[in-house]
Amino acid sequence: MSEINYVIEATDLTKQFGDFKAVNAISFNVKKGEIFGFLGANGAGKTTAMKMLIGISNPTSGAANVAGFDVFTQAESIKKNIGYMSQKFALYDDLTVKENITFFGGIYGLSRATLKQKINALIEELGLHDIADNLVGALPLGWKQKLAFSVALLHNPKIVFLDEPTGGVDPITRRQFWEMIYKAAHEGTTIFVTTHYMDEAEYCDRVSIMVNGKIEALDTPKKLKEQFKVTSMNNVFLKLARG
Amino acid sequence: MKLFIGFIKKEFYHILRDRRSLFILFGMPIVQILLFGFAITNEINNVNIAILDHSKDVTTQNIINKISASKYFSVNQFIEKEQDIESVFKKGKTKAVISFQNDFNQNLVKNGHATIQIITDATDPNTANTISNYVNAIIQSHVKELNKGINIEYQIIPETHMVYNPELKSVFMFVPGIMTVILMLVSAMMTSISITREKELGTMEVILVSPLKPIQVIAGKVIPYIALSVINATVIIILSIFIFEMPVQGSLILLGFESILFIITALALGILISTVSATQQTAMMISLMGLMLPVIILSGFIFPISSMPVPLQIISNIIPAKWFIIIIKAIMLKGVGFSFIWKETLILLVMTLFFIGLSIKKYKIRLD
Amino acid sequence: MSISVNHISKSYKSIQALQDISFNVNEGELFGLIGPDGAGKTTLFRILTTLLIADTGQASVAGYDVIKDYKAIRNCVGYMPGKFSLYQDLTVEENLEFFATIFKTTIEANYHLIKDIYVQIEPFKNRRAGKLSGGMKQKLALCCALIHKPKVLFLDEPTTGVDPVSRKEFWDMLKRLQQKGITILVSTPYMDEAALCDRVAFIQNGELLEIGTPKNIVKEYSKKLYNVKSDNMYQLIDSLNTFKYTYSAYPFGEFVHYTDTRDEFDIKELHSYLKDKGLHNITIEITNPTIEDTFMALAK
Repeated sequence: MSEINYVIEATDLTKQFGDFKAVNAISFNVKKGEIFGFLGANGAGKTTAMKMLIGISNPTSGAANVAGFDVFTQAESIKKNIGYMSQKFALYDDLTVKENITFFGGIYGLSRATLKQKINALIEELGLHDIADNLVGALPLGWKQKLAFSVALLHNPKIVFLDEPTGGVDPITRRQFWEMIYKAAHEGTTIFVTTHYMDEAEYCDRVSIMVNGKIEALDTPKKLKEQFKVTSMNNVFLKLARG
Repeated sequence: MKLFIGFIKKEFYHILRDRRSLFILFGMPIVQILLFGFAITNEINNVNIAILDHSKDVTTQNIINKISASKYFSVNQFIEKEQDIESVFKKGKTKAVISFQNDFNQNLVKNGHATIQIITDATDPNTANTISNYVNAIIQSHVKELNKGINIEYQIIPETHMVYNPELKSVFMFVPGIMTVILMLVSAMMTSISITREKELGTMEVILVSPLKPIQVIAGKVIPYIALSVINATVIIILSIFIFEMPVQGSLILLGFESILFIITALALGILISTVSATQQTAMMISLMGLMLPVIILSGFIFPISSMPVPLQIISNIIPAKWFIIIIKAIMLKGVGFSFIWKETLILLVMTLFFIGLSIKKYKIRLD
Repeated sequence: MSISVNHISKSYKSIQALQDISFNVNEGELFGLIGPDGAGKTTLFRILTTLLIADTGQASVAGYDVIKDYKAIRNCVGYMPGKFSLYQDLTVEENLEFFATIFKTTIEANYHLIKDIYVQIEPFKNRRAGKLSGGMKQKLALCCALIHKPKVLFLDEPTTGVDPVSRKEFWDMLKRLQQKGITILVSTPYMDEAALCDRVAFIQNGELLEIGTPKNIVKEYSKKLYNVKSDNMYQLIDSLNTFKYTYSAYPFGEFVHYTDTRDEFDIKELHSYLKDKGLHNITIEITNPTIEDTFMALAK
């Protein structure tokens, strides 16, 4: 019995397309309430690995347990216990703020009363009073992403997967976004995040770096910098990915 | 010129590498024509016919013998008066009545021509049409025999009457219509989609910021589709001739040129559509709603124009497909030459030039 | 002057995309347009590449007016739009060949210009562009924009969504192109890339915030900036945000960058405030502002 409460446990997780091993036997654990940075170059296998963890792609071999459920046999239970937000798709542009929240809340089976209460709380928290009935498409990107993150948290998931959530967002909003991440983590939600901003890698409790389908480094940002004898995560990344 | 060839080469790569568009281009026309064709044609065999012989002479007897000897027909009834025809049809077993006029042989010998009436039950229009064609064929072969070694030629004039469904539809009527629909669909929809796809991908931006002139872009998009549509038209005609034994009476070359003209009309419309739509989806919807429906409904393909309300009749004049159907029906079924269809051709040509002019004018040299 | 922009404004319906923008780019300069998504960068690029017409103001590129002489501009600029505009169903080589042909040139004629970049993707020249990774697509798109030897190169967010390694390689390539005499206007949402440009313009909500060399821009940061660190990031930010003298507090890597509303302030005071809030291992030290600090200060 391990003393630490792991919410993600991956062991030799592998995904193979033909001869090509997109994800090559990766093993790692993520603790409850941790902010886990999942980094890697384009094409290193991040997205493929993430798809396996959120239960929409079956691993070729290996094992993984997410939120207490097995990715092979209990994918449906996993989906109920996680939140997901990606840069490409987060909310429906042609629905209003309220409609989006109601829709996504409904998907996870929140009751009407809870939903109403959540909507009000959320609008309050994000300061969206004046625009609650506006179409999401008309919001600035940063607001959209903040709203999407809150929506991903609506059903109190154990883990939230964020796929490049802050791409293209202005620096101030980006920081507000991270403050929201800290808050969620502080309240016990585990955050699994990918990003291309290396300064954001520093915000994570632990960071893994994937190169060609394998995890080549996994530790706290501080220890990684010490290990590679550099001053920033950017340089850690460059050193590793350049080989 | 090299620039132009480069552009066309690229278009061909797009088309040949996309299985879906290849299927729309070639699979669909074939499937459609076969579906339409086979749904409508059926070989006739031992069809019951009745004879009303007012003359009862040698020639009529010979013809009756020939008809009943063929495997297609069996003469099951002889009737005596015109009034009986209706009751014969009402029983439903008899599909056609052949009626010889009085003094048939005498007329033929003395005046050189005589008349046969072929009355068919056109509730099943295809059968009716086939029957009258077959009877005609038998009569004509008889006439040929009669005329052997004779200076003055005898003529038997068959008069075909169809009861119950005077507006006859059949595979021969369908082929020109289907050809029109397919050429319109393939040409207009495919070009409008291929242009809007570049808008969606963002490659249109790069093309705009290049020395290419609008006319070059348009021509580069259009020429591959002209080539493919010509192949399509050829396939349709070959299918109709060899599978449905459709007679193409007129000049194939004329038919070819008229088809190319119509293809260009459709392509110009396709480009016009792409100038007003930003996405492939819109382009497809406009092509389907804006082009396909009028082509099917207002061109005379399915509903005869003469039986439409007057306002629709007037509107039908601006549908290019209407004129093309008139032209190809005239060439394929009537076998007429250019002198009979120059007016329709001119109308189509003017329309085409108008659409090309408009699409070049509307083609934006900038984004909006 | 290679690019000159004078009082350009542009709006779409109710949205003001650009508001009275003016700046110049010198010949052979590597000029960066830095700002988040929706700042108006793409609109400005489209105006300069003659794809859009501004509501008011004038602009010229390589000495040609963007409206009157649009044909001349289209002959002499290279443009790489935001999404790498490649034909996904064409191979690497076919894409390059196509773009060479429409600019009336050949790959051979200007191969020297793209050689450095092209050799990296040449092993995949028979692969369809749709199957390339983000970094390789970016390189191919750059080759395609360069193949006709443009005088001015417009690169709209060429590094967005691309990993740090590919980004670094890309900027190295731009530096080499600059040495070949090509003027480059590049836009990016990544603040750290600003330092790699000769000069930059900050843009947000359609307005220019600042223009200058990266060094000078940083110098204009007027407030004293402090690195604050503790064992609990969340509580640290939370505490700083509720501190009554906080002017700004933004997380920056492992630190929080803090500025105070007062000109004179005692580090000890903040230290004891944080300690009262239950934080441990607190360090507060003065630090140098980065370009990102400057941008945030200007955008605030």
